[in-house]
Amino acid sequence: MFILEKRPTPSRFWMAATPVLAVILTMIAGGVMFAILGKDPFEAVRTIFWDPLFDPQFSGYSRPQLLVKAGPLILIAVGLSLGFRAGIWNIGAEGQYIMGAIFGAAAGLAFYPSENRLIFPLMVAAGAFGGWVWAMIPAILRTRFRTNEILVSLLLVYVAQSLLASMALGALRSPDGGGFPGSRNLSQWATSANPELIAGTGMHWGVVAAFIAVIASYILLQRHILGFQIRLAGEAPRAARFAGVNPNRLVVLCMGVSGALAGLAGLFEVTGPAGQISIDFNSGYGFTAIIVAFLGRLNPIGILLAGLLMALTYIGGELAQFMLGLPSAAIQAFQGMLLFFLLAVDMLGNYRIRLGFGRAA
Amino acid sequence: MDLSAINPAVLIASLMVAAVPIMLAATGELVVEKAGVLNLGVEGMMIMGAVCGLAIAVEAESPVLGFVAAAAGGAALSLIFAFLTQVLLANQVATGLALTLFGLGLSSLIGQGYVGIKPPPTPRLDFGPLADIPVLGTILFRHDPVVYLSVLIVAAVWALLRFTRAGLILRAVGENHDAAHALGYKVQRIRLAAILFGGAMAGLGGAYISLVRVPQWTDGITAGAGWIALAIVVFAGWKPWRILLGAYLFGGITVLQLNLQAAGARIPVEYLSMSPYLITILVLVIMSAGRGRAALNAPAALGRNFHASR
Repeated sequence: MFILEKRPTPSRFWMAATPVLAVILTMIAGGVMFAILGKDPFEAVRTIFWDPLFDPQFSGYSRPQLLVKAGPLILIAVGLSLGFRAGIWNIGAEGQYIMGAIFGAAAGLAFYPSENRLIFPLMVAAGAFGGWVWAMIPAILRTRFRTNEILVSLLLVYVAQSLLASMALGALRSPDGGGFPGSRNLSQWATSANPELIAGTGMHWGVVAAFIAVIASYILLQRHILGFQIRLAGEAPRAARFAGVNPNRLVVLCMGVSGALAGLAGLFEVTGPAGQISIDFNSGYGFTAIIVAFLGRLNPIGILLAGLLMALTYIGGELAQFMLGLPSAAIQAFQGMLLFFLLAVDMLGNYRIRLGFGRAA
Repeated sequence: MDLSAINPAVLIASLMVAAVPIMLAATGELVVEKAGVLNLGVEGMMIMGAVCGLAIAVEAESPVLGFVAAAAGGAALSLIFAFLTQVLLANQVATGLALTLFGLGLSSLIGQGYVGIKPPPTPRLDFGPLADIPVLGTILFRHDPVVYLSVLIVAAVWALLRFTRAGLILRAVGENHDAAHALGYKVQRIRLAAILFGGAMAGLGGAYISLVRVPQWTDGITAGAGWIALAIVVFAGWKPWRILLGAYLFGGITVLQLNLQAAGARIPVEYLSMSPYLITILVLVIMSAGRGRAALNAPAALGRNFHASR
């Protein structure tokens, strides 16, 4: 029988190695799933992980997409990771992302068709504010009434989706759209557009914001007292209280930051790659970002790499759908599997596996 | 708006039907949480139950087999959760989320071949002349067996937790796993059984959506019912009878909002359809704000992993 023995201190080697191990295990299990679906597993895995980057036919289109898809994932995941480290579970990033897009788009469309250069910064601020407000609801309810923030933030996703539908069909519907749902196209209106900054890279303002967020949160966690308090509150809540960390302040701060970053991601998405507020412009980034945060071990640099990898599965998934007829849901299941394997191998960092016989412990 | 089109007896009868999925899932989760485990994957297990139930019911042309398969599907998914949290000691919150994300993906993968197919109808239980009693007959005696089964399960769980030794052990494990371990109870095994029961109940609840309430397959068919079930457990203060109350309350809101939509209320459809979620949040706030009462009822070891060698 195997026995788990707690390590005195977490193993540094396994901390770094577990995400890689999880990705490999997921590829194997995913290959089995693809084989069950009647596809050649090796070809499927190659189409997802290799072809988008190195195939001469597809890489021209796919490489820029990498940053386009990774940008929002990284931006949201960095925010989430702060809260997750402190034991504050904001899992409603999808809702905050939608609200950011609605607030930002509404702020911009109010001035249509002005060409004032201040409008885009205003929209960015409104987007961050929208996400922040939506995250403040669970934060305040938790600090004031001790309501579970997991359930509230998640339930608010459904509310945000209903609001989005009402906006796309009502208040924000394009007057020139001939009655079709959806707002004016923000990426074609020069004032509000969030274009590719360097041609052929996929770099837009959202990606820039994601990089800034990674650097800022790295500095925050490594060099700032607040980052120390966040880590302390997560690893030893009692010690944190004795050290004078105010838990309510941390809740408001972590939820607020993650909400604002998710809102920003929504705004940059709706002004750039998505283009307009429509009933289903959101592509589930808010939920996938949870996987990204864990895959990156809640570490900013790790999240950067994890975001790129997860973006690759999106692009490769589309390619596999097009080339091999692999259903899109298979990729979603594949991403979910990745999180399982991550959590499964995570214990290698904290425990040693010993061989032994079932002695009553 | 024509409110007179809404018949109260039919409304009550349909709220009993609407409450079934949430009631089943919440009862299962109650047992899981009483054992000290927080499984946030209810939504994932429900939707797996929904798709397994529909697929098997269509293939075998039998709703009964469909429900059995749904319970098995939900339990199978919860087995992954049990393995990760009980054997590999993974974080319960994160694993629950993973279960939901994975369940949503896998269910839509399985469900692809079943879009637009109607499952075989689940027959009503025949009460003979009782069903013809004017108002009472409509409310109480014209349902399918699962409606009565769900109430029976709530009663059985209540009796189990309150009157039996097994219930006492389950609660002991949930309140203080170290003490239970010291007394010689197999903490992990007891929790495993509770998790499997929770998975099976969530699966049944999901199948009720895809086989009776909707009845067909669409992606994301459960639409947050699993999360509402989790909220109901808090609302109920971890007491089985209050789950019955909570589920009927939310069934009532869902049905009322659907009826208002049909009656052409002045409020836009989108705002009506967000109301169950908003009211769930409101109820959560009220329950948790009431000083201590609900919080004190929560099992003391809820969400904490157990490792024997500490």
